[in-house]
Amino acid sequence: MKIKKCAKKLLLINGTILDPLAGKEYKGDVLVENGKIAAVGKISTKDADVIDCSGLIITHGFCDLHVHFREPGREDKETLETGSRAALAGGFTRVCAMPNTDPPIDSPESVRFIVEKADACPIHIHPIGAATKGQLGKELTEMSGMAEEGSVAFSDDGLPIMDGGVMRRVLEYGGMLDLPIINHAEDVCIRNDGVMNEGRTSTRLGLPGNPVEAEGVMVHRDLELAKLTGAKLHVPHISTAAAVKNVSEMKKQYENISAEVTPHHLFFIDDDLKEFDTNLKVAPPIRSQSDRKKLIKGFKNGTIDCIATDHAPHTIEDKEATFDMAAFGMIGLESCLGATLNVLVEEESLDLMTVIKALTVNPREIMGFETDIFAEKTPAELTIFDPKESWEFSKNDIFSKSCNSPFVGRKLTGRVKYTIVKNQIALI
Amino acid sequence: MSLHHRHLLGLEGYPAEDIQTIIDTAFTFREVLDRPIKKVPSLQGKTIVNLFFENSTRTRISFELAQKRLSADTVNFSASTSSLKKGESFKDTVQNIEAMKIDACVMRHPTPGAPLRLTEYVDAVVINAGDGTHEHPTQAILDMTSLQKKFGYLKGLKVGIIGDISHSRVALSNIYGLITMGAEVTLCGPATLIPPHIEELGVKINYNLDDVIEWADALNVLRIQMERMGISLFPSVREYRSLFGITTERLANHKKEIIIMHPGPMNRGVEIESAVADSDQAIILDQVLNGVASRMAILYLLLGGKAES
Ligand SMILES: [Zn+2]
Repeated sequence: MKIKKCAKKLLLINGTILDPLAGKEYKGDVLVENGKIAAVGKISTKDADVIDCSGLIITHGFCDLHVHFREPGREDKETLETGSRAALAGGFTRVCAMPNTDPPIDSPESVRFIVEKADACPIHIHPIGAATKGQLGKELTEMSGMAEEGSVAFSDDGLPIMDGGVMRRVLEYGGMLDLPIINHAEDVCIRNDGVMNEGRTSTRLGLPGNPVEAEGVMVHRDLELAKLTGAKLHVPHISTAAAVKNVSEMKKQYENISAEVTPHHLFFIDDDLKEFDTNLKVAPPIRSQSDRKKLIKGFKNGTIDCIATDHAPHTIEDKEATFDMAAFGMIGLESCLGATLNVLVEEESLDLMTVIKALTVNPREIMGFETDIFAEKTPAELTIFDPKESWEFSKNDIFSKSCNSPFVGRKLTGRVKYTIVKNQIALI
Repeated sequence: MSLHHRHLLGLEGYPAEDIQTIIDTAFTFREVLDRPIKKVPSLQGKTIVNLFFENSTRTRISFELAQKRLSADTVNFSASTSSLKKGESFKDTVQNIEAMKIDACVMRHPTPGAPLRLTEYVDAVVINAGDGTHEHPTQAILDMTSLQKKFGYLKGLKVGIIGDISHSRVALSNIYGLITMGAEVTLCGPATLIPPHIEELGVKINYNLDDVIEWADALNVLRIQMERMGISLFPSVREYRSLFGITTERLANHKKEIIIMHPGPMNRGVEIESAVADSDQAIILDQVLNGVASRMAILYLLLGGKAES
């Protein structure tokens, strides 16, 4: 991957422009001047650097609401800088970073630390602040002060807020600020010591299971409390049929609800863990085939709003352990488009527009970010990809500092070629 | 006479003909063990390491004895997983051992899947001596050897497995092995100690011990661990004993005399009454001797020992 400054005039020609905001797809060119959108359509101009985009899609830069960049504290796993490179490789121009760092991002000062560091990075990184001090699930953080410094949402992600009374207050207080609350929805008592989905496969492997009810029960509680408080609730990494059903039911009664699904929950099933691959050890766990099918259905019917990677880098030492001791999480930025298109477009014949919306307009809307990316004078945030390319994901495609990906060796469909953001272009 | 797989990691999907070959070979070695001179030169020159990441006196002694009877050279390595947590990784430990040029690794490890990882790190033949609550294939084979010796057949045999199925290291391998060999298996124990979805492996569940005793030809009684009581998996020893304890009184209510097995170590007076454990119905000590013979058979078959008289 090469990253260089955009030419003063950069002309993308002969591409298929996919405008997920307008819901339109047409042949055309895009002119970027001084890093800003200058024109979209049929363009003839002189003195421009030209990139031939024949056969490629030009669309909004992808936006990921759920990444773990590990800074501060675990810079050996990832930094804002290395995470940004992984994002660029995956076509992401904007991400929201979870606060479960060491120490956690739970004060206005620590939010400012991220914002200042992110400024020097090649993509836009928005901190999500912790909802409770130290992510201990007890006392509220200074959400207003954190919001002023740039926190775009609040979450104790990684750690569920178990106390329903605390969750209610988090929703009330966050609702007052009109910012989304994201709760890692797993009832830790029901989950117990589960390390994979509870089912036939966990029993066969002798591994403690984490039942779908651990998520279903928690999502149900959060949805009820969101309605009670009138707050915005975003349900992260939804993994079960029960949670999809709960979200779908609640969306009929209450509108401030959104949900995300990860590419890995769409791609893998629990049977894939039969070789004890620790890269498939994630929280919430990879579920059964029937849950996976319900996630796809929930995506198709709009219950699930967006795709988020839950990019969670870990060192080789943390993953090259026996299954019980291995860390939870996998990286996901670089493989996101290929995995998602492989499942939703290649296998499930869903239209490309719906999928791209879930990577662009929908997540931006949830966070209140600018969605009119093709408007003139907007700082260019563009992703250019080949929607058809069939390729095998390999270690060489990873730009994260960590390489804990179960996608290595897997066939993916769709590949990012260029990512444009912050007046720079990444050639992948 | 050789087996289809290079390692013995578990009995899930293990071919019936191979299980039968091992059992038949175990019978031959059982005869050797009844001779005055119990040693054969089959594995002379072979080096076997016993890697125990968890204490297990019985299994380790059984393997060691099997190795000595076959004239193999053995080394023992014991490490608690707590020392692994402190720094040296599992991979480092086993690669160090591999560097010493060994032919086979017998491993006991508390984590499911650890033996499969081991096959990736070493060239030696790997024999799983128990990986947590996953598999313990040599125990299941010795149990089946004992049953076949007693009944003369396995196909159609009715076996009840009684007690803590969830935390048992022997239940799953027994289930896989017995089902493969055409036996019928019923599990009986507190609902909190029976793994979810286990019926999908082809077994039945019955919470009524008397029904199971009436039905069964043999019972495999598992050890109940007292620690489980504290985390509310069962309320008390008294209640456990009254629902699932094997007592002479209970057995006397049934006409048919059935065989009682126990993988040890026993909690006398809890899951099994002393009088039952010491009765003629129990083949617990025979299991121990068959354990040595079965492990000799497995080592012999996997390490390509030359046929001896
Ligand atoms: Zn999470």
